[in-house]
Amino acid sequence: MRGAKSAKWVAIAGVVALTATACGGGDDSSSGSGKVDPKGIVSYANGEPQNALQPSNTMEAYGSVVIDSLFTGLVHYDKQGNITYENAESVTPDKANKVWTVKLKPGWKFHNGEAVTAKSYVDAWNWAADPANGQQNSGWYRDIAGYDKVHPEKGKAKSKSMEGLKVVDDNTFTITLNTGIPYYAYKLVYAPFYPMPSAALKDPKKYGEAPVGNGPYKFKSWDHKKSVQVTAWSGYKGDAKPKNGGINFKAYTTPQAAYDDLRSDNVDTMPLIPDSELANFKQDFGDRAIEQDFSAINTVNPAFYSKTFKDVDVKVIQGLSMAIDRDTIAKTTFAGTRESATGWVAKGVKGYKADACGEFCKFNPKKAKQFVKDGGGVPGNKVSIQYNADQPHKGWVTAVCNSITKSTGVKCVGDPKTDFQADTEVRDKKQVKAMYRSGWVLDYPFNGNFLADLYGTGVDGNKGGFSDKKFDELTKKADAAKTVDESAELYQKAEARLAETFPGIPLWYNKVLSASSKNVKNVKFDQAGDPVLTDIEVFEK
Amino acid sequence: MGRYVARRLLQMIPVFIGTTLLIFIMVNVLPGDPVRALWGDKPPDPAQVAQIRHDRGLDLPLWEQYLHYMKGLLQGDFGKTIAGNRPVLDEITQAFPVSLRLAAMAWSFELVVGITLGVLAGIRRGRIVDNGVTLFTLLVISVPIFVIGRLFQLYFGNELEWITPTVQDSENLGQLMVPALVLGMVGLAYVARLTRTSVAENRSADYMRTAVAKGLPRKRIITRHLLRNSLIPVVTYLGTDIGALMSGAVITEGIFNVTGVGNLLFQGLAHREGAVIVGIVTVLVLVYLVASLIVDLLYAVLDPRIRYA
Repeated sequence: MRGAKSAKWVAIAGVVALTATACGGGDDSSSGSGKVDPKGIVSYANGEPQNALQPSNTMEAYGSVVIDSLFTGLVHYDKQGNITYENAESVTPDKANKVWTVKLKPGWKFHNGEAVTAKSYVDAWNWAADPANGQQNSGWYRDIAGYDKVHPEKGKAKSKSMEGLKVVDDNTFTITLNTGIPYYAYKLVYAPFYPMPSAALKDPKKYGEAPVGNGPYKFKSWDHKKSVQVTAWSGYKGDAKPKNGGINFKAYTTPQAAYDDLRSDNVDTMPLIPDSELANFKQDFGDRAIEQDFSAINTVNPAFYSKTFKDVDVKVIQGLSMAIDRDTIAKTTFAGTRESATGWVAKGVKGYKADACGEFCKFNPKKAKQFVKDGGGVPGNKVSIQYNADQPHKGWVTAVCNSITKSTGVKCVGDPKTDFQADTEVRDKKQVKAMYRSGWVLDYPFNGNFLADLYGTGVDGNKGGFSDKKFDELTKKADAAKTVDESAELYQKAEARLAETFPGIPLWYNKVLSASSKNVKNVKFDQAGDPVLTDIEVFEK
Repeated sequence: MGRYVARRLLQMIPVFIGTTLLIFIMVNVLPGDPVRALWGDKPPDPAQVAQIRHDRGLDLPLWEQYLHYMKGLLQGDFGKTIAGNRPVLDEITQAFPVSLRLAAMAWSFELVVGITLGVLAGIRRGRIVDNGVTLFTLLVISVPIFVIGRLFQLYFGNELEWITPTVQDSENLGQLMVPALVLGMVGLAYVARLTRTSVAENRSADYMRTAVAKGLPRKRIITRHLLRNSLIPVVTYLGTDIGALMSGAVITEGIFNVTGVGNLLFQGLAHREGAVIVGIVTVLVLVYLVASLIVDLLYAVLDPRIRYA
């Protein structure tokens, strides 16, 4: 823009306009007063929720975080993966773990004043199980007796309510399961098990736009694609009372945009730092950078139906696993923000056992080569790792491949699919060429969630076509155990079996990487990687 | 003239049907099932998948889906989204005004600044002004738009803190200023270059010499004689650019988190929301068609020798 008079003028005009419309990003930096404003609003970088805000219809992150702020369920869990009681006074099984009696804490109310009773739970679950109501999470009730009548695989419902749910009195109901599950209480943590007021079932559509919950926050407004706002609710009976005045869930379309806003204090925190900023976020935020464990694991899984792994000797997969230099890749590609995995269960869940994978998850190029050789090698001396190219997976896949090739001489290439949809389709259709990348975040903090649900024969989460009778027997035994602790221990045995069959190569445990703005303090994330919103404190302006 | 317009309007019908059909087919052959994708990493529920497919008419053969879609379209029904079951029309009517404003700002920027720079460079060809403009436009055209966008954002937003790094309210004209500037930057460079060449060429035309010889004031020579004759290629560009600005805002809108059509289109593609993609493209096709018709009609205004029959 140099040289021309008018060009200069334009440049100046532009600058003037910019200053005039500036939104005062500069004055926020004076938050040094250190005083906390209990009425302050926290802004959280979110996105537009996918579905209407009904608890049983929300499974993606943008909707879940809002729902979790509005509702409190029966139980939750602590850092060690033990159950804590929230709206429930107790959740107790019979001897066979088949009939569970839920007692509610009396006196709880919904935001509209309606009492939270046993009926609020039973009616909500029955409603959500009915396929006609189109609730995405309805599969979560499948353990309850009579679910198959309400929600048959095909066709219309034969019954409107599950026979396994019975209201005993206002504050008591029972759940009868198809078969006994010792750790069933853990599943009740999840959103589809939240209660709903009677108004919700009368007009679900209206309710989905303006949900009424029983949680620490009360719904205020949903301005589509812009924000969802909730305010602290004074009538909350739970322990985790909000230390702030409310949450403004701002909708961002890219994590990068959220990150830039966070850097200039226009938003207070975000769920996950974008990968492009991993290398500098600690420098950008200093002691406001957040790095925390959460219970998720990354693996690379062989497709046992593929040519490469059809009749493979397990030694080959063990060899490939030992060929991967996890620590170095975590340090370089992930800038130290992942931790090498030592087993198939993520940290922080009940029954987690360190080192379940033993020497097979430790880098040992010599042994790796020997193992692959002893196992008869791979057909064509070549493997591939399938991944979705719409997320930043290319870097680490290449690094893992290089590591494999360098240690064992087996050629390894990435097999990118355009995006996650295309990737899952190939997996669902069982057309993976050799191996595929996979990740799993806990549904509930119990080790069985990482084992039976992923590697059991024929289960939905088992995309590699892995099947091992002995492992199935072990998980069955674990499910038939008397207590949670016993079950967790038996599941550990099942996990030990995986070291001998290797249905997946454990790579890293994820970490929550986030940061907070200068306006707030005490930002933390829980085991599932969700923010603990009630604890965040806002500084006075 | 009337017959010409009528013929053009009739031509729009096959173009319209053709483009929508093409997009419809293309979206449907993309790999990945949008209904299955609602469950992400977790295993989907077959009964629920069947229910959603049935609700949105996705279980019908493709040609039948297209007929249904066109039938609905004629009645102003754009269908429903797969995720959330919201009317696509609502999504579009929410996003379009935002993009329209952004595009209008970028466009007027292109028009005013671009033509001014072009004329200045054209009349003083070879002088410092001309070189300056050439250098500037070269720079803008050769640097990718997302680099310019990110630089503006990081410099004005994070370093100088004059603006918020992203747009906080997509309906606020003041906040749309910088994204509009970035969006219009490339178009501006092209407009300046087109104008410059055209002006430089026409400067030595006979009618110009006549006008100068007649002793007309300089201002009149430039605006009435030179500019009017030089604007035809520029108007063509500016006309088609309206549509391009609206759909091409994907990158700019993404960087600045503006919730406009570009963003909606991008999200629609990422989630395989066929109805959203086809809906937006339908509206964009209309914008293109109308804009090019107006451009063609403008020719006659600029140069009376061009006549339509």
